[in-house]
Amino acid sequence: MADLSINFNGIKSPNPFWLASAPPSNSGYQVQKAFEAGWGGAVWKTVGAPVMNVCNRYGTIDYKGRKIIGLNNVELISDRPLEVNLKEMAETKRNFPNHAVIASVMVESQKEAWQEIIKRIEQTGVDGFELNFGCPHGMSERGMGSAMGQVPEYTCMVTEWVMEVATKPVIVKLTPNVTDIVHPARAAVKAKASAISLINTINSIMGVDLDTFEIKPNVGGKGGHGGYAGPAVKPIALHLLSSVASDQEVRKSGIPISGMGGIETWQDAVEFMLLGSTSVQVCTAVMHFGFRIVEDLIDGLSNWMDERGFKQCTDFIGKSLPRISSFGDFDLGFQSVARIDHSKCIQCNLCFIACNDTAHQCIDLKDMKLTNEVAERLWPIVREEDCVGCALCSSVCPVDDCIGMVEIDTGRPHITWNQLIKEKPEVLAWDKMVEYREKNHIHIH
Amino acid sequence: MAEHYKPVKYKAWEMSLEERFQEVFPPLTEREAVLEANRCLYCYDAPCMVACPTHIDIPTFIRKISTGNVTGSARTIMEANLMGASCARVCPVQELCEGACVLEHDEKPIMIGRLQRYAMDYADEKKIKFFNKGKSLGKKVAVVGAGPAGLTCAGELAKMGFDVTCYERKMWPGGLSTYGIVVFREPVEVARAEAKKIEDLGVTMKTGVTIGEDIQFDQLLKDNDAVFISIGLGSVPNMDIAGEDLEGVVDGLEFIEETKVKPLTDIKYGNRICVIGAGNTAIDCATIARRLGSERVTMIYRRSEAEMPAYHFEYQFALGEGVSFSFLTQPVEVLGRDGKVDGLKCVRMDLAEPDESGRRVAVPVPNSEFVVPCDMVIKAIGQLKHTPFIAKLGEYGIKTVKGYIAVDAKTNRTAHEKIFAGGDCVRSKGEASTVMATQDGKIAARAIYEQLAGKPIPVGTLKRTTDMTIDPTMAKGCAIHDHKQRVHVTAGTK
Repeated sequence: MADLSINFNGIKSPNPFWLASAPPSNSGYQVQKAFEAGWGGAVWKTVGAPVMNVCNRYGTIDYKGRKIIGLNNVELISDRPLEVNLKEMAETKRNFPNHAVIASVMVESQKEAWQEIIKRIEQTGVDGFELNFGCPHGMSERGMGSAMGQVPEYTCMVTEWVMEVATKPVIVKLTPNVTDIVHPARAAVKAKASAISLINTINSIMGVDLDTFEIKPNVGGKGGHGGYAGPAVKPIALHLLSSVASDQEVRKSGIPISGMGGIETWQDAVEFMLLGSTSVQVCTAVMHFGFRIVEDLIDGLSNWMDERGFKQCTDFIGKSLPRISSFGDFDLGFQSVARIDHSKCIQCNLCFIACNDTAHQCIDLKDMKLTNEVAERLWPIVREEDCVGCALCSSVCPVDDCIGMVEIDTGRPHITWNQLIKEKPEVLAWDKMVEYREKNHIHIH
Repeated sequence: MAEHYKPVKYKAWEMSLEERFQEVFPPLTEREAVLEANRCLYCYDAPCMVACPTHIDIPTFIRKISTGNVTGSARTIMEANLMGASCARVCPVQELCEGACVLEHDEKPIMIGRLQRYAMDYADEKKIKFFNKGKSLGKKVAVVGAGPAGLTCAGELAKMGFDVTCYERKMWPGGLSTYGIVVFREPVEVARAEAKKIEDLGVTMKTGVTIGEDIQFDQLLKDNDAVFISIGLGSVPNMDIAGEDLEGVVDGLEFIEETKVKPLTDIKYGNRICVIGAGNTAIDCATIARRLGSERVTMIYRRSEAEMPAYHFEYQFALGEGVSFSFLTQPVEVLGRDGKVDGLKCVRMDLAEPDESGRRVAVPVPNSEFVVPCDMVIKAIGQLKHTPFIAKLGEYGIKTVKGYIAVDAKTNRTAHEKIFAGGDCVRSKGEASTVMATQDGKIAARAIYEQLAGKPIPVGTLKRTTDMTIDPTMAKGCAIHDHKQRVHVTAGTK
């Protein structure tokens, strides 16, 4: 069986699965229960400034009868007194010395305040810190959370204050509510942070009640932006993770990344790890189903690693990063076309209408006489010579492996956009572009 | 009706008589309906819609359930089918829409019938009125017989602006929906509410009136610009065997009718019943008898399981109800004591070669007579045609096919210009059903409009958008054929 343990820049964990700093890691009772269930680590719910919470705190996006494809919240950092949290952190660490206990911290932007709380927390024996520069609601209005993370200079400054006093690894948690996440990531690197984690939740309003016109979640008739998380945010998180993980400055520093944002299954976790996460953090999925989901996370990851011969997590962490590229470096000569397997086709014709209404009109419905039925329905047929290879039909097809995108060789030159405009800058004019296409038999209808 | 998704919990011995006659399928809850609606793929040019004789835009009405627009869903159904509430309950969906569902093979078909019922029930509970009488065209139409065909024709004509009068022999309109469909498939209230909707469109309903007795047909024809005949079929024929007049030998349709119009406790039934026949009506009789409390119900059919005309799901339903089947058995005499049924003498049959209809002929096995002890015999061996009335129509030049009124498939017009017909009385081939009758009513209404107004129906008269019924190529009998001929070639073709 594969070894799932990780060493996250000094923070050791029996597996890469950590509870994210959030309601599930609110207390010693919860964190210890999670460890018993199998979680490798937990980032304690942020401790720091005194707060008062409101209700309701959660709003959801449900889809086609499935609950919580997205969850947002307006809950603040821990509303339990600091002493209580510190006592329980110490107790938890004592009871689970081999698990990762990480304290998430957020206080007002004063050097003394930060340094004092870091020193106090260190006495509990926790394995490290996570600086909450991401909370987008409630705390940000008070100049904390994402208000810090949205300004790289502040991120750098506060991290430096912490690094001066911390003897344990310090993780800087980034907010996605920025134009380019690479800048705050570089700020963390500049301040010599031990690691980066991302993403915190995304600004959101979950909906409007059509009967009462109230905002969801409704707080006494009012509502406002809250932090959005859950399966729906995963693609955004993967993109931001890949941006940070493939950034040259971050790579050069060699610091690890803890990834999160919509992780619900071991498959999600593997994707984050392939894009550079050493540990992965989970919140919404446990809020939906409880700590017990970790059993499948561990089991699924372990089986996947065994099947591929990976002995430890470092064997595959970051393995997909070299494939992260940009449009200008894609091969313009790579051509695929849709092929429909009519033995699998159920004739819902969703491919036809998708292509015809919204893509490139290259699927026809034709009488193919493929069956003996008197009233045989028309079959969708791809006109391959007109297919642009957009993959919309394949995406809407409800049958597995029915419409495949098949690579074909059209004889187009294998050249990237960047190469093309370097070699033939004249194609930036339409007439020359048309000329270039004609010369290379690139036909667009 | 499909029994998938939610198994029916039925333990007769734990239920009261009233409970046993509740609808077999409970209504879908909102969550069930939305979940099921979300399973629908929303096919383009969907096969369910093609398979529906009335071409209800099924993907659209299901999508509207999924988005919480149940009012709109009901409207979509009603635009294509004014008998939507009945059809939702009695349509042989496995043979039609659900049978054509693309999820039929790999998964399981969408519960189209039950979703339709969900939408129709919703509209009914909210008392939503979707249509109004159209601006008067100053033309009068008489409808003879207020079953599904007649009601639909009347309703569609009223929407277009005709002054319509329905003549119905019975006390209530609705035809077989009211009197002939077992209560636990369609409660009588549903059928009556549906008929009431037609009345609310301004149709004059004259019940308890028999044409040819209370009013002469000649008079109707004189007083109206067109007449639509939808008289259905009559009683169950005689078996022509000895003892048929004994007390305890009953007409299956009358037996069903009693459960629709009488308190259940007032219905007489035997404890050991033989039901003759193996069609859907025979199954209804047998299952009603079981639910009333009859301990032993045996269906007597001269051919085998493979030839039985009942739908397979009805057969399965009857088996589940504890009905026994005696296949390859022909009744030869009803035995009696003191004028009452005491037993049914039968003979065993063998199957020989197929006849011209393709069904294997049953021949008696010599010396194989035996007696099934019973105290009631229910006949359900088909229905007689209203031969005298149809014969009278012959005076107007109306033709018949096998005793049924002959009509043109695209207009439902008879050989007489002013006389149209539809429903079971024209169904010389194919399965007689509520939904086919409904489509007849629509086709006739359209043809009557076109004939009397002298122009095609403006788009949007029958339905707001593209009503397939006003596309001549999609008329009954042509739908599937024409569909096959169509080829969608895209705009992008060079």
